[in-house]
Amino acid sequence: MNSEAAITVEDLTVAYGEKPVLWDVDLTVPSGVLMAIIGPNGAGKTTLIKAVLDLVNTAAGQVLIYGESYQKQRRLVGYVPQRGSVDWDFPTNVKDVVMMGRYGALGWLKRPGRQERDMALAALEKVGMSRYAERQISQLSGGQQQRVFLARALVQDALVYLMDEPFQGVDATTERAIVSLLQELRAQGRTVVVVHHDLQTVPEYFDWTALLNVRLIASGPVQEVFTEENLRLTYGGRVSFLRHGEPNGAPEAEKRTGERGI
Amino acid sequence: MSGEQIEIQVIASIVAAACALPGVFLVLRRMAMMSDAISHAILLGIVLAFFLVGDISSPLLILGAALSGVLTVSLVELVNKTGLVREDASIGLVFPLLFSIGVILISRYAYNIHIDIDAVLLGELAFAPFDRLFIYGRDLGPASIYVMGVILLLNLAFILIFYKELKVATFDAGLAAALGFTPGLIHYGLMGLVSVTAVGAFNAVGSILVVALMIAPPAAAYLLTDRLPRMIILSVLIGVLSAVSGFWAAILLDANIAGSMASVSGLVFLVVFLLAPERGLAAIARRRRRQKREFAGRVLVIHLLNHEGTPEEARESEVGHIEETLRWKEGFAKSVVGYSVKRGMVLTENGRLRLTEKGREFAGRSVVEEFIA
Repeated sequence: MNSEAAITVEDLTVAYGEKPVLWDVDLTVPSGVLMAIIGPNGAGKTTLIKAVLDLVNTAAGQVLIYGESYQKQRRLVGYVPQRGSVDWDFPTNVKDVVMMGRYGALGWLKRPGRQERDMALAALEKVGMSRYAERQISQLSGGQQQRVFLARALVQDALVYLMDEPFQGVDATTERAIVSLLQELRAQGRTVVVVHHDLQTVPEYFDWTALLNVRLIASGPVQEVFTEENLRLTYGGRVSFLRHGEPNGAPEAEKRTGERGI
Repeated sequence: MSGEQIEIQVIASIVAAACALPGVFLVLRRMAMMSDAISHAILLGIVLAFFLVGDISSPLLILGAALSGVLTVSLVELVNKTGLVREDASIGLVFPLLFSIGVILISRYAYNIHIDIDAVLLGELAFAPFDRLFIYGRDLGPASIYVMGVILLLNLAFILIFYKELKVATFDAGLAAALGFTPGLIHYGLMGLVSVTAVGAFNAVGSILVVALMIAPPAAAYLLTDRLPRMIILSVLIGVLSAVSGFWAAILLDANIAGSMASVSGLVFLVVFLLAPERGLAAIARRRRRQKREFAGRVLVIHLLNHEGTPEEARESEVGHIEETLRWKEGFAKSVVGYSVKRGMVLTENGRLRLTEKGREFAGRSVVEEFIA
């Protein structure tokens, strides 16, 4: 199975109304890579992930997970949506949210039980949140919310993970913790696809990347495709970019540091 | 208490419980207004179904009403999807249209039958015991007990069976869809239930008051607990409580029963809104005041620490001078000083404030924390 590509996107076009958000994207994600999807705002990064998960209507093209449609491979895929996409005032606690990751495996009607609870607690342990298992979710900080979502994805026990900005609003310590977790997932042979915003950390965190701006600009191993030329093509003339290995010319394609918190 | 009074209270309690159950999910999905829309739009379904079968007590009327409720929801979504109007506006556009068509049809073709506008809006709970269920000539009690009882069981069954699916679709529709739970199906299932409940309850309490019973008890329960199962149980309890005490208020005031029930549910919400232990208005105000004083206490010790050992120290630490340098109102400055003294952060000596060892350590730590944060 692992010789096959984890995700194959073929001729994918997605449009909201008349405006194409993704324009004829062809992308192959090999099995076992840790991949960053980068690109400016409105480049269709989130839409690409949602298209893989069959959450948006496509105008053309298809997506395959290990050679089959998402409907058939649902159980192989884990999803971490944007933190802001849910209502954190919902009356439930951390453990319950993490257990939702098992709902897919349970299927319709079957109730989560002891086994699901134990898995949730183990996942919380893994993300350093076991102390918060009984905590009401509205009392969590941004970084803690992100870790809860990550724990929820871990209990899905997926082969392919899709994560929408898992570092958004997260402090430096949490970011490092999440990165080592993602690298651990890769070491286990899983495929992890992350929508990412901080260009500085791409070469350090990831081994594979896709540069996206409505069209796919490039994709491949970071050291091959994460080039000044490609970044300029992706981000347009707004970027004055550095050469690789230049320590002080920190790439700042987008002034988005505010979003990542300090 | 007469037999009729007991029967009315039983009906009212069943209606309240049946309304509260789907109401919980409407409130959590921020779709409270949808109950308003559905409870009005079902009138059209009832009227059309009546024209079709010609019998006002036919169960097909409930089906017709439920269908028009679901039609309302899909029309609202259709209008909403155009992106030309917002969701609240689409609700406000769709249901008055359907409702008014219903009203026109009644007044034009059905003025002689038993659907009148007053009953539609306010219900006629007081008369509910007169409409009795007879089987083989035996009186089995008011028919509405059975109708609403079945609806209550239906709601209860739906929530118990699909609890997990309802929860995940409400909390995170994206994940629910990715896991294969088709949130759209769950959404329409819930809306169908709201419609059926509204039809049943509409006979008893009228279309406007259905809304009160669906929204007010869950909204109050939401402020009282942070666990979903508890919220569901509390909503039912608050609904039943409102129904029963509303009934007695109506007797006391010689007023419309359904109106009193809705008023009591509103009052209960108001009390909870003001006094809920953690999320009530009073609790929030108290917490804000405490946080403000705590923060001011921190400012005070940092101020004192900054001037410790400097030439201005004597002047900056004068008790009367604090409010001037820190631009605090006199009363507030006094309370902050009092609070800091009580916590052992500062002490007063000859009209001057001095940091205690604890205060100095706390101030130093606060400065560092501010830098890190």
